[in-house]
This record gives sequence, structure tokens and C-alpha cells, in this order.
Amino acid sequence: MTATADFIAREADGRCVLRFAGNLTLLRIRKLSEQLENLEADEVVVDLTEVDRMDTVGAWLVHKLQRDHKATVVGATEDQQTLIDHVANADQPMKVRREPQPAFEQMVAELGAATQTAMRTMVGLLGFFGALAISIANVIRHPRRFRYNAVVTRFDVVGVRALGIIGLMSFLVGIVIAQQGAVQLRQFGAEIYTINLIGRSAVKELGVLMTAIMVAGRSGSAFAAQIGSMKLNEEVDAMRTIGVSPMEALVFPRVLATVLMMPLLGFYAAIMAIIGGGIFTWMSLDIAPITFVQRIREVVPATDLWQSLIKAPVFGLIISTAGCYQGLQVKGNAEEVGLRTTTAVVQGIFMVIVLDAFFAVFFTSVGWI
Amino acid sequence: MAEAEPIIRVRGLVNRFGAQVIHEGLDLDVRRGEILGVVGGSGTGKSVLMRSIIGLQHPAEGEITVFGESMIDRDEEEAKHVRRRWGVLFQGGALFSTLTVAENVQVPIREFYPGIDQELQDEIAAYKISMSGLPADAGAKYPSELSGGMRKRSGIARALALDPELLFLDEPTAGLDPIGAAAFDQLILELRDALGLTVFLITHDLDTLHAICDRVAVIADRKVVAAAPIAELMKLDHEWIQEYFNGPRGRTAAHIAEREEAAI
Repeated sequence: MTATADFIAREADGRCVLRFAGNLTLLRIRKLSEQLENLEADEVVVDLTEVDRMDTVGAWLVHKLQRDHKATVVGATEDQQTLIDHVANADQPMKVRREPQPAFEQMVAELGAATQTAMRTMVGLLGFFGALAISIANVIRHPRRFRYNAVVTRFDVVGVRALGIIGLMSFLVGIVIAQQGAVQLRQFGAEIYTINLIGRSAVKELGVLMTAIMVAGRSGSAFAAQIGSMKLNEEVDAMRTIGVSPMEALVFPRVLATVLMMPLLGFYAAIMAIIGGGIFTWMSLDIAPITFVQRIREVVPATDLWQSLIKAPVFGLIISTAGCYQGLQVKGNAEEVGLRTTTAVVQGIFMVIVLDAFFAVFFTSVGWI
Repeated sequence: MAEAEPIIRVRGLVNRFGAQVIHEGLDLDVRRGEILGVVGGSGTGKSVLMRSIIGLQHPAEGEITVFGESMIDRDEEEAKHVRRRWGVLFQGGALFSTLTVAENVQVPIREFYPGIDQELQDEIAAYKISMSGLPADAGAKYPSELSGGMRKRSGIARALALDPELLFLDEPTAGLDPIGAAAFDQLILELRDALGLTVFLITHDLDTLHAICDRVAVIADRKVVAAAPIAELMKLDHEWIQEYFNGPRGRTAAHIAEREEAAI
């Protein structure tokens, strides 16, 4: 057997001779280390005369026999001896694993860390808003520093390119509302009120809310990922050293574009939902489009539109700030970019919905029912 | 040794990116047991050559054999058998950022030799890491907690994990301090002598070239214009080679190498 490193052990009065043969390499190490595990002898001799090839793992095995059993090595070639010495030199105490923590301690630590993170995020976001306000003030004072190109590019990415998907989504949502509403209202013979349902829910809530969710998924995540990878790449640091403020160059154009695009997209979404609903009522309830449009104009008050137009920029501000903030928090490794991107989307959508609830209560109390 | 079958054989290699031609009819032999330095100006395609040899870049034309087996259009399963016989150190270390250094070293071991028990794997990782000149606490750290030089050393530890016969190093000493770079040169020499390694080394480090390379291949004009020991290269009448080795930095490195040899 030349390909293997099977060994013959000869034992006589507590003396053990391990005669290795063939290749003493990583390929064979599993079997060998199992065989050698229960080696018990007062005196061990390792004979390497018949070893053809030895790699560092083989040398490690020999070194371990030397270390743990005070083995003497015979028959090693010069190269093999160098290799064994080399490996022996490398046998330093080395920490390979992190210290494991007890489960309870770990749970408490994780809970504490999560609380800390939540607190820090709140403070951090507040600080981020402050920094954003300062950079806006700076841009207003020095209008030359306003980056038209960056903002216009973001208009395109956040707004124009989202038209297709947001339009299709809203159109379908409009159909679903009309269909579900019609089924329920038919029981009372009040199918005509389907139009109220479509018009008011689309203009007041759904248009802007669905748009916010879509923008958070499309653009909020993109902001976090873009800025996050720039941060990893030290581009953000490079920017700072050149004297370009990342707040002005990266954050402000994105926030501004999102704030300005959200109302437009929200209005467009509402119109698409109404069109979807209108087509459904025309096809299945036989309400003529002209009647549908007239009815919409009668039942949807202007205040519904004002509500959504007030909410939309606020939602845009929240989504884009969450995205940019999380992106700038990235440090360490590529996994962090993914984590922060997810956080940006979840945080964005969550805060939008919480705020939407507040808005609903507020507008009702001021009489915009 | 010169007559032996070369361990890497490249013939008529052509690489293009769009209209840009990187290599045109490039030939290169790497002999068993040698340390071959590859030099060339920035953008002459040193890394592309390495990527072509290890199968990460599909060349437009040409043939490449490693260990006597063709590397072009290889089946992924078959290529695996060749892959376990080489180790690669990428320019930035390319450590897996979600694993600790020790786990990084264990990845190839686990992939190619499953079933080795964890304790032995830890031991192997530990001595490889310390062999690469890293401190005792490095094994449990994540790449993001390491400095650039330490990351490079961890990359070397991973490249050495399977005790390869052939080692590809892409600018290994770039970013190391001179002491670390010299220690690294020494490490490669020792490993070559002890393990019979063959090393394909891309470098700009003139000291490394003088200290450890048996031959140096010069890439210019989209091909290897010369592959010879430095002393012979310096006699060649090629503008770029003259400028490279006889320029101010080249001369300093040569003087140091001479002095060291004289001291020995």
C-alpha cells in the first residue's frame, strides 16, 4: 500500500514502534487520528523511513506524537524534519472559538442589546433629522451647493421608473375593492355605493399608503444598500476628507426627491385605482363611465385629496430618512448591508402606518371626515 | 528540472474585454517547484492571467493546462479535483466576512475532506494560522476586526489549508509593512522547500522578486516578453524591463539583495 499511510505498530514491553508508510497527508488523516486516539505506551518511536510524501497535516500528527507521547522520530528525511520543526514552531496557543456564553446570560445580553439598539436608533434618528435640517439650511444659504443633477437623477429613479409598477398595483387594488365592495353592497341593493367606496378609499388612504409601501420597498431599500456599500468601500470617508458633506451629497438629494415624488405618485396611484374600479363597475355593474366619473366628483370631497397630499410628503420623508440613516450606520461586513436594508424597509413601513393612524384621528377631529 | 513537464502550461492565450485586447498569443510555463514572479505595468493583465489559469475567467482563445489537465471548459465536478491541489490568495484577502478566521481556514478542509472531527480541524486551523504569522487571538476574530495585513495573512492561512502543491498569490506583500513582507517572503521560501510548493506570484515588490523568485515573467505588449532569472532579464534589451529593474527602485532592491547574499 503506497497510496495510504497505514501504520504497523509493534509493541514490546511498553515500547511502541509506529511504522508509517506511503503518503502521510490530509487525505488519510481522519482514519489515522482515530486509530492513534487510544495510543498508550511508555515509549513511542515513530519510523518515517517508508513515508513517500508528508504534508503539514502529517507533520502535525508526528509533532503531536512527539508532544503528547514524547515520541522519538527516526528515518525522517531532511525536508520532512524541516517540516516537522516548522509545524512544531507553529504550535502556539491559539484561540479558535469565541467563548460561549450561558444561555440565560446570552438571552439577557441580547435583550439588553436590543433595547440599547432601539434607544440608540431613536436618538440617532433624531440626530439625523437635525443634521439633515442643518444641511438643508446650508444648501439654502449657499444655493450653489445644491446638486441639481443628483436630485434629478433621483426623480427619475424614485418617481418615473416607479410609475409602471405602482400604476399596475393600484389598478389591481382598485378592481379588488370594487369587486369585494359590490358583493357586499349587493345584499342591501346598494351597489351604487361601490363608487363611494372606491373613490374615497383610493383618494384618502389606499393610493398614498400603497405607494408608500412600494416606495419603501423600491427606493428606501435601495438608499440603504447604496449608501451602505459606499460606506463599506470607504467612499463616504473619502467624501468627508475631500470636504464634501455626505449629508448634502447623498442624503439630501434622496430625501428631497422622495418628498417631492411621493405626492405625485400617491395621486397617480389614486387615479389608477379609480380607473381600475371604474372599469370593473362598468363591466359587471353596468354603470356607464360618464356616470361613474360624475358620481366620483360628487362623493369625493376635496378634503380627501388634501389629506393624502399632506400625508404623502411626510411618508416620503420617513421612508427616505430611514433608508439613508440605516445605510450610513453600516460598518463591518457585507452581511451588515443586507441587515440594514431590511431594517430600513421594515422601519419605514412601520412608521408610515403608525403615522397614518395618527393622521386619520387628527383629520377626523378637525372635521375632514 | 528544466526538462520536466511544466506544472502550468499556457499557450496562445487570448483575452478580450469588448474591443480591448488584454492578452494576445500569451505563452507561459511554470515549472514544478519554482517560484515564478509575474510582473508588468498596471493594466497589463497580470490578474486576468491568474484568473484565466484558475478558471475564473473564460479566455477567448488558447489552451491552459494545470497538472497536465486542460482547464478550458472543464466540468465543474472534474475541476474540483484540480482545485483541491492549489491554493489562491486574492488581492484583498477575499475572506468570507461572516466567518471567523479559523472557520475561514476550515472551509476548504470541510468541503474537500468531510468527516474530520472538529477538534482536529481546530488544531489544523490553529497551526496554519500561527504559521502564517498571526497572533494567538486572531483565530476567533472576524475579518472586519483585522487590519489589512492581518487579513492578508489570514488569506494565506486559508490558501494553505489543503497543503496545496501549487500556490497562486496576487500581490501578497502589498500593504504589509517591510518587516511583515520580509517575514512573508521567508515563509514562502520555507514552505516551498519543505512542501515542494510551486508558487505563481504576482507582485510589484522588487524586494520580493529579488529575494525569492527563481524566475520572473514579464508581461508587456499583451504577451510574456521574457521569463528568466532576474540576472538574465537585466541583460535583455527591452525598454520596459530596463526601466523596471534598472530604474532607481530596481537598483536599490538589487543592491540590497547583493549585500544580503554577500553577508551569507
